Amino acid sequence: MAGTTPSQTVGPFFAIALPWDDGPFVVPEGTDGAIRVHGRVLDGQGAPVPDALVETWQAGPDGRFDASFRGFGRCPTDPEGGWEIVTLKPGGVDGQAPHVAVSVFARGLLQRVVTRIYFADEPGANAADPVLAALGEAERASLVAAPGGRFDIHLQGPHETTFFAI
Amino acid sequence: MDDPPLLYPDYRSTRVRAPRRERIALAPTRTELTGPVLGDGRVGALDHDLTRQHDGAPLGERIIVHGRVVEEDGRPVAGTLVEVWQCNAGGRYRHDGDRHPAPLDPNFTGLGRCVTAADGGFRFVTIKPGAYPWGNHHNAWRPAHIHFSVFGHAFTQRLVTQMYFPGDPLFSQDPIFNSVRDAGARARLVCAFDLEHTRPEWALAYRWDIVLRGRGATPPDEAHG
Repeated sequence: MAGTTPSQTVGPFFAIALPWDDGPFVVPEGTDGAIRVHGRVLDGQGAPVPDALVETWQAGPDGRFDASFRGFGRCPTDPEGGWEIVTLKPGGVDGQAPHVAVSVFARGLLQRVVTRIYFADEPGANAADPVLAALGEAERASLVAAPGGRFDIHLQGPHETTFFAI
Repeated sequence: MDDPPLLYPDYRSTRVRAPRRERIALAPTRTELTGPVLGDGRVGALDHDLTRQHDGAPLGERIIVHGRVVEEDGRPVAGTLVEVWQCNAGGRYRHDGDRHPAPLDPNFTGLGRCVTAADGGFRFVTIKPGAYPWGNHHNAWRPAHIHFSVFGHAFTQRLVTQMYFPGDPLFSQDPIFNSVRDAGARARLVCAFDLEHTRPEWALAYRWDIVLRGRGATPPDEAHG
């Protein structure tokens, strides 16, 4: 079979189907050790993107991917472009620093964009991370969430987030 | 390249939303080679039938949309969640943001879900969505389409796309469809009329296979991930 099915934009009306009540809760609210990873999605003019969908995928606290931990989060942005995921901090994966893989879908994105969230309280592991090591200083900084878990996603512009081709 | 570019100025919204810097190549690690298992617990008994979610039947042309989710080498993608959404027969979405002055249908939500079978198969019963205007350019109309979201078994396989209907006269003026530059790849967005699976006296059928990237080498100890 030749070729894959191409991507198309998620469009402005995905809220009919894709938001789930438990989407933002990788673990239930109140779970021991739960953290919040959150931020805003902004366009090239700094305006909020109120119709984006942020999805996350990560290892459990032990660094493993298995059925005992859902690992997946999904949150549509609100009118201010805000999103928030309640989860557990992942463990390191195969010599990489703890990180969360992120997909962003939106009207105006013909395919998803992919980035990673790293953690500010892991300076040692971040310094040794092979993915971060390949980046320049500013690119590296754009992938580390602020203490408290804040991670803004700039789709475009002077503060454009570092996105990956996978 | 099968996927459309991020920046495609004819599709106006890409101009302020598409990243402009070159994306950085990331060799998939275990994070990218695994993916969530989101199965049956999220799918209700009638979620695959968009014509039976209300007291009455929706207006429009009843259709069956079926096919398989496979990887590039033809291997089936079993047990993966497929989510669909669409406008009604008049071209109106059940969404506050849709200002198109076409009627809502009290018997149609436009949401479907299913989990693929062992052979990667999926099947929905729905009504054919209408075309609608969208203001991207003068007299812009979207060809009829159904939105699909598919997970696959790895983060690298995640796909959100749209399925179109054969022979739609609106293709030539639609920048979203035409953002896929390769004609062969564009053709993979279009379903085929399927006389064989048409149910006599009841509904026409269309067939559409979804081809995901191969998942690469999955670590053997966590192959289910």
